[in-house]
Amino acid sequence: MANKSGYIGERFIGLLTPLVLLGMWEAAARTGLIDARFFPPPSSIVHTFGALIASGELWTNLVASLRRLFLGMLLGGVPALFLGLAMGISKPLRAAIDPLISATYPIPKSAILPLVLLIFGLGEMSKVVMVALGAFYPILINTVMGVANIDKIYLDVGHNYRASRWQVFRTIALPGALPSIMAGVKLAMGMGLILIAISEMVAASDGIGYMIWNAWQVLTVDTMYVGLLVIALLGFVFSVILDEIERMLIPWKARA
Amino acid sequence: MAVVSMLNVKPSPAEAAPPVQISLRGVRKYFGSSGFVAVDGIDLDIPQGQFFVIVGPSGCGKTTLLRMLAGLESLSEGTMKLNRTDPSRPENSMVFQGDSLFPWMTVYDNAAYGLRMRGVSDKDVEESVKLWLERIGLYRFRDRYPSQLSGGMRQRVSIVRAFANDPEILLMDEPFSALDEQNKMLLHEELLRIWEATKKTVVFITHSVDEAVTLGDRIMIMTANPGREKAIIDVPFARPRNVLELRHDPAYGDLVFHIWEQLRDEVQRARMNAEGGK
Repeated sequence: MANKSGYIGERFIGLLTPLVLLGMWEAAARTGLIDARFFPPPSSIVHTFGALIASGELWTNLVASLRRLFLGMLLGGVPALFLGLAMGISKPLRAAIDPLISATYPIPKSAILPLVLLIFGLGEMSKVVMVALGAFYPILINTVMGVANIDKIYLDVGHNYRASRWQVFRTIALPGALPSIMAGVKLAMGMGLILIAISEMVAASDGIGYMIWNAWQVLTVDTMYVGLLVIALLGFVFSVILDEIERMLIPWKARA
Repeated sequence: MAVVSMLNVKPSPAEAAPPVQISLRGVRKYFGSSGFVAVDGIDLDIPQGQFFVIVGPSGCGKTTLLRMLAGLESLSEGTMKLNRTDPSRPENSMVFQGDSLFPWMTVYDNAAYGLRMRGVSDKDVEESVKLWLERIGLYRFRDRYPSQLSGGMRQRVSIVRAFANDPEILLMDEPFSALDEQNKMLLHEELLRIWEATKKTVVFITHSVDEAVTLGDRIMIMTANPGREKAIIDVPFARPRNVLELRHDPAYGDLVFHIWEQLRDEVQRARMNAEGGK
């Protein structure tokens, strides 16, 4: 009981802090304590939020970003998953590809944007490829680690029970690596959000990133805040969804 | 041997002896560049249906020997023959030391693993796994994951996994070493009960003399570093055995003492080697 009320208390405090801060912000902006041109009061941001929804503008931009994000995650994540599993199982393959990964991983993905634009042009593909690049590395690296770190005793069991290579893969390597793979997917999602915002700012005519950049160019600061709010919400919703998927895919962790 | 038994009903060798199932000749194992000799010249015949126990100090190569029998380790020298009586059944299944159940599979799926890997139909898997889980009293836990079980229950499931696979030879690598005394006693009873129903050939490794005498038909004492055969001792107690009553038998104490005497030098030598090696 004490624990439960303690938990509810913590939730309450957690909710209270942002509300108090928003209230202070509202008051400070209205009384002119802070410059409302840079920090418009939350009420006016909410008002703009409503207007952008009503005009359909927010929806159009949101769908454009989500589409790129989704396609990019697939384009980067699926090859990363398969390559990672193969590298985790085969030491020679790992030895061959590891140096390439180590060499290219530290390059900031945003720095590759001009090259990606050059190769893929200003169309949809360049944005999708940016997200894919961001998703590729964390999923690949986590998958390799996940497979390579599987306790050797499980592989011994597989061999002793005469599991074929494919059976070892399906019954041991894949489920054993799944927790680590899911951690990689979460990192990839965060990376994807960063990269979609950047690439839409530079080279797009729609999307949340474009909306924020355009708001800066025409100085509609409220719209800029709406864009930031939407990205923050996306991050939150994605993490909730991924947690749920994790619970479904990895039931042995959740029920422990 | 100065061991008196209460009910010696073992057949004398003259009576139709069961065929040899495991035959080792001059088996050696050394590891790579270090040249460390783990197992040095083991000659051994284990008849079909025998519960064979290997005792020795830690690091005497007994696990290596078992892993060679399991096909998880290659022989450096010598020959190993496992005579099959029924090629349709798997040759051997191993019960590993420590936690070897797959954490991502339920009790049922873990127990069914061997059968599924060799393509047994779902219906037959169900039948066999249900039978074995019921025999060991875990059928109602079939949908649990290993993390939701106690250590003793987990080890029972890994024993079921091996038995359900119905191998000709059962290999057990200190399966109870991580358990407390009470659990160990109960599991000895259970293991004997289900083994006596199947009479599989068992090779069981332990560092516990009590465990060896309680379970085994024949005990091999191994020397430490390199691992050699020091003595082979017949255990005269009749089957089925009662684990608790067995300890009352004066012959039990004599046999434990006798084995301990031989083992003590080896344990001391292993310890001195370990300390000298620092």
